[in-house]
Amino acid sequence: MQKTKQRLLTGNKAIAEAIRLEMERDPNVFVMGEDVGVYGGIFGATEGLFQQFGPKRVIDTPISETAFIGAAIGAAAEGMRPIVELMFVDFFGVCMDQIYNHMAKIPYMSGGRVKLPIVLMTAVGGGYSDAAQHSQTLYATFAHLPGMKVVAPSTPYDLKGMMISAIRDDNPVVFMFHKTLQGLGWMDQLDASVGHVPEEAYIVPIGKAKVVREGTDITIVGIQMTTHHALEAAKKLEQHGIQAEVIDLRSLVPLDRETILQSIKKTHRLLVVDEDYLSYGMTAEIAALAAEEGLYDLDAPVRRLAVPDVPIPYSRPLEQFVLPNADKIFHEAMKLVNE
Amino acid sequence: MFDQSQLQFEMIQLLDENGNGDEKELASFSDEFLVTLYRWMRKARVIDERLLKMQRQGRIGTYAPFSGQEAAQIGSVLALEKDDWIFPTYREIAACLAHGLPLAQIFRYVRGHLSGGRTPEHLNIFPIQIIIGAQTLHATGCAWATKLKGETQVSVCYFGDGATSQGDFHEALNFASVYQVPVIFFCQNNQYAISVPVHRQTASRTIAQKAVAYGMKGVLVDGNDALAVYKTMKKAVDAARNGEGPILIEALTYRLGPHTTSDDPTKYRNAEEAEQWRSKKDPLRRLRVLLERRGIWTEEKEEAWVAQVNDEVTAAYEEAAADETGSIVDAFNYVYGKPSKLLQEQQEDARRKRKQEVK
Repeated sequence: MQKTKQRLLTGNKAIAEAIRLEMERDPNVFVMGEDVGVYGGIFGATEGLFQQFGPKRVIDTPISETAFIGAAIGAAAEGMRPIVELMFVDFFGVCMDQIYNHMAKIPYMSGGRVKLPIVLMTAVGGGYSDAAQHSQTLYATFAHLPGMKVVAPSTPYDLKGMMISAIRDDNPVVFMFHKTLQGLGWMDQLDASVGHVPEEAYIVPIGKAKVVREGTDITIVGIQMTTHHALEAAKKLEQHGIQAEVIDLRSLVPLDRETILQSIKKTHRLLVVDEDYLSYGMTAEIAALAAEEGLYDLDAPVRRLAVPDVPIPYSRPLEQFVLPNADKIFHEAMKLVNE
Repeated sequence: MFDQSQLQFEMIQLLDENGNGDEKELASFSDEFLVTLYRWMRKARVIDERLLKMQRQGRIGTYAPFSGQEAAQIGSVLALEKDDWIFPTYREIAACLAHGLPLAQIFRYVRGHLSGGRTPEHLNIFPIQIIIGAQTLHATGCAWATKLKGETQVSVCYFGDGATSQGDFHEALNFASVYQVPVIFFCQNNQYAISVPVHRQTASRTIAQKAVAYGMKGVLVDGNDALAVYKTMKKAVDAARNGEGPILIEALTYRLGPHTTSDDPTKYRNAEEAEQWRSKKDPLRRLRVLLERRGIWTEEKEEAWVAQVNDEVTAAYEEAAADETGSIVDAFNYVYGKPSKLLQEQQEDARRKRKQEVK
């Protein structure tokens, strides 16, 4: 009975719906970026918006990332609420100054006068043989630098709710969506890329993690694809009599430390999984949190599973070797519970 | 094949180095306007010299003096409406003052006060930019927003010759021209980027001509002639307000002092060249000659005005120095609209450590 009430949307349609609802509500919200207009964004996150709102509010820009992010800063200071799509997170290198020196710091340097309600939306993730410069998942790079909120929702429901939160937030928000969770026809089809999304506008708060599976024996922390891999691993662990608790971080900044600490109080074991590089990354941050504030709750050392410190390989088998997946999580978890 | 020698950019000048010009043209400027213009420029020079001294005394931080560029800055700002936006760099203190920034706020800024970058609410002055060329895009975006909202303000972006080598500058010109937004790119070509002369910065004969590549209007003006700057700027602003799109103005000028208080210009500039600009080509001198010829300025007036400005500087410095708000504890409040829990904890930690220091 419940099933029939479900309204199934892919990740990209959930994002586009959130933007549409906010554009209808607030005339100051507009979208710009490369191919976001007629084409609807190469990952479909702005599909249908151009047709509804026209070229004044859904703007195809020159291939000029520095320009449109810089222009978004000026427009936001003048009272607009721009949503800019930086096509691939990998491209931040060509426009990083505008992101971390300007978008992230002008509010501070203006003594709090200038507010920059910008959503910087960008695609992350590999797994489809797109090589070293189009497959990265650079969560930590942005989360490291003060002045931006950084979110990475994992389900269509959260993509919509967190996009609405991001648009309404008065701070710059880096909104990362995972390509594989967009529901694109040319990618591997995943159940996780489709989910129930209510029609109306709703909010999923930024800075709040979610326990997506309760368990008692081990805590697995993930985000986006690694959350889904962890859930799959948890099913297999259950067959071995192990109850894994899975936490979907959803936000990197602010980080919901309480949910993690609460969980390890219960499970006494922590495995952190990340699709970003291993060193100096999210896994290290959470391991440090556990060491500083939860050490006495742990029965075994924290384990980390992330991409080794090499660029993402182009070759499919090589890429699959470095990316985390359910099997690798299962094996790490088994080792950890047996320690 | 087209050669850049075919691009002729005549430099607009109304007042020559000796204070002479076309009388009919000069007569179009009222006595009142000329005195206001001169007083601002003189005031700016006094403030700049005081700031330089104060830096040497350790009373303010690193400082980038603007002496020599008063005509370019004051002349351009006086052509604006009160609610037009300006996007200054660290060298546009004169422009900021003439656009309404209180002097005490300048002192908060150069003393590194946490609220020093906070422009009062009613003023459309973007926080002073330090990164070379970055503000060209902020001005473009702001102008775009005013256009989208159907408002009438024009955005004016200040930068130097060095900034024209930055990608940001080129992306901004392209973007602004594609979308035809009301922004004025005002380049003060002071001929040096720290030590590098402009001919090492670009192979273009003028900076103004770069506009052509972006399908935009470009103008070259004598940046030490306040009247030419004013008139050129007024025309540009009217056109931009009228929906005619962006304009690039090159104001040719000269930085009389160092790049900042951390370099020594005698190491990279010919002393004779600097002396020429200091004596013969000084922007204040030629305007004063005109004023005196008209009988609307005297040595007594000059002395009284300088004394008044000096008192203002002292009072503003004291006001800023007495401001004890803005400790490191407050820094945590400005990173986001509201500090996160983690930032609050770090703030508490800073508060504790600060208390221990005070003990």
